[in-house]
Amino acid sequence: MSGPAILVEGLCVRFGEAEILREVDFEVDGGGFVAVIGPNGAGKSTLLRCIDGILEPSAGRIAIGGRALTSYSRRDLARTVSYVPQPEAGSLEYTVRAFVEMGRFPYLTAWAALTEADQAAVTEAMNLTEVAGFADRTMSSLSGGERQRASIAAALARGGSILLLDEPTSFLDYRHQVQILDLLDRLHREKGLTVVAVTHDLNSTVAFADSVLALKDGRVERIGPPADLLDRQVLAEIFDADFRLVAGGHRGLPLVLPARNGS
Amino acid sequence: MTPFAKLAVLGVAATAVIALMPLIGLQALPLSVLFDPNGTDPAAIIFWQIRVPRVLAACVGGAGLALGGAVFQAVFRNPLATPYTLGVASGASLGVALVSRLGLSAVVVGLSTNVVAAFAGALVAVGVVWALTRLRPDLSSTVLLLAGVAMNFFFSSVILFVQYTASLGDSYRIIRWLMGGLGAVDMRTVLHMAPVVMAGALVIWWRARELDLLATGPEIAASRGVAVARTRTVLFLATSIMVGGVVAGCGPIGFVGMMAPHICRLLVGPNHRILLPASVLFGGAFLVVCDTAARIVLSPAELPVGVITAFLGAPFFLWLLVRQSGVAHHR
Repeated sequence: MSGPAILVEGLCVRFGEAEILREVDFEVDGGGFVAVIGPNGAGKSTLLRCIDGILEPSAGRIAIGGRALTSYSRRDLARTVSYVPQPEAGSLEYTVRAFVEMGRFPYLTAWAALTEADQAAVTEAMNLTEVAGFADRTMSSLSGGERQRASIAAALARGGSILLLDEPTSFLDYRHQVQILDLLDRLHREKGLTVVAVTHDLNSTVAFADSVLALKDGRVERIGPPADLLDRQVLAEIFDADFRLVAGGHRGLPLVLPARNGS
Repeated sequence: MTPFAKLAVLGVAATAVIALMPLIGLQALPLSVLFDPNGTDPAAIIFWQIRVPRVLAACVGGAGLALGGAVFQAVFRNPLATPYTLGVASGASLGVALVSRLGLSAVVVGLSTNVVAAFAGALVAVGVVWALTRLRPDLSSTVLLLAGVAMNFFFSSVILFVQYTASLGDSYRIIRWLMGGLGAVDMRTVLHMAPVVMAGALVIWWRARELDLLATGPEIAASRGVAVARTRTVLFLATSIMVGGVVAGCGPIGFVGMMAPHICRLLVGPNHRILLPASVLFGGAFLVVCDTAARIVLSPAELPVGVITAFLGAPFFLWLLVRQSGVAHHR
């Protein structure tokens, strides 16, 4: 690969009159961990969908590994970029193993069974995410945390180098939040994966990131290391809300607490 | 039992049922007719020229409708989505009703006007839903499902209009045909339907893995490498041609497309590489059994088979609805 893992230039997305993203520029180096923050409706999920090629931008350019996104076939892109959307409710009667195996789709033909390489990738992904213990249960029967780990396992099974996650810790209890974050941290540091995670979790997810991208009204409001963004004034501008910062967060960062107006 | 073993058992059971049914009927037949395909005595004629084509037609028709249901249930991610509920069958019916009403009857490139009109009607119905998915990719599958239901109502009302303006004789013929029945089929009907259903089945089965992924959600499918828009187009096209062919042959027989894939999902699991052939076997055998019942329940008179499938299907539909909302509440 040459060039940054992800390069986004002048990205605009419009739905009719509504401008969801306006002139978004940023890049992520290979092996980087970027947290994307911003108020609801800032365009965070839309940005991930564009990077995964699910959504076609109205203008601008995206390159993955130095190669224009538009030059990738769907299968090629799926071998490089894995996207874990927000968990959906709904019945899914596939077993965890079948669901993770489906992650190998970009390598499979219509009829042939999974090869040894496919099986190995599936097993490794299930071990890393610790879902192997309930591989034969159906997706519908899982708790939120288990389901999220199974989704990440399916993304990892593809063996891509870029992992995009949309609010990976939302709807999870504290124990499972920590589990997912530890997993992402390990994948990023030990496997060298490039991680881009949309999050509202300013205290944990942001602390694990190397850099933070703040979106507001479809524009890039700030980019920088977590220490720069976790600032009362900066956060107030991004979220139009008051915050209280106290010492004692992860990695020497402050803890961010929402404050009531004027308090 | 592995899903493959279950599929094999289902295959044996379906074959046995299909082989047995031509022997059942008002007229008891001696087993010797089996060895007399060109016989001239009444028993051989009833068996080879009436019952066998009819069973084959039911088998092919049921298989096609069940496969269409399996595709729609995966693409719309809803067990209530079928060629019947989404207006594909009523679109095809409208095509045939118009042809009957206008008295058009000709042969276009080897196909009867009925077949061509049914294809056209099915394509229009699917085309509207397809166009919605292209113009507004953000629409949820529930909205698309409701769009299909609206198409169904629209076509049904146009059929009523066509029928209202028809003469008494035409009107009766249209009604009788709309009930779905296999009373009038012969070997030609089977030969018209079979290639269409087989071609559709191959195209669909070829995309079994894509169907699995679409069933988990279009976004996940796209992310994992499925060209969602193109795959949907191919699947919709194959399904409408297949359903059009079946409807042209034996009328819009409802509920097979909903029940067969759903029961098969409970039997062999959700994996489409097994679910699709299972639906074909189950749908084929199911319609053969229903049609045999249609032949003997009121014998010597016959019921349209659509009456029987609807009679079984409507309670099943309710059960599905209740069961589905029950699952949703437990989440």
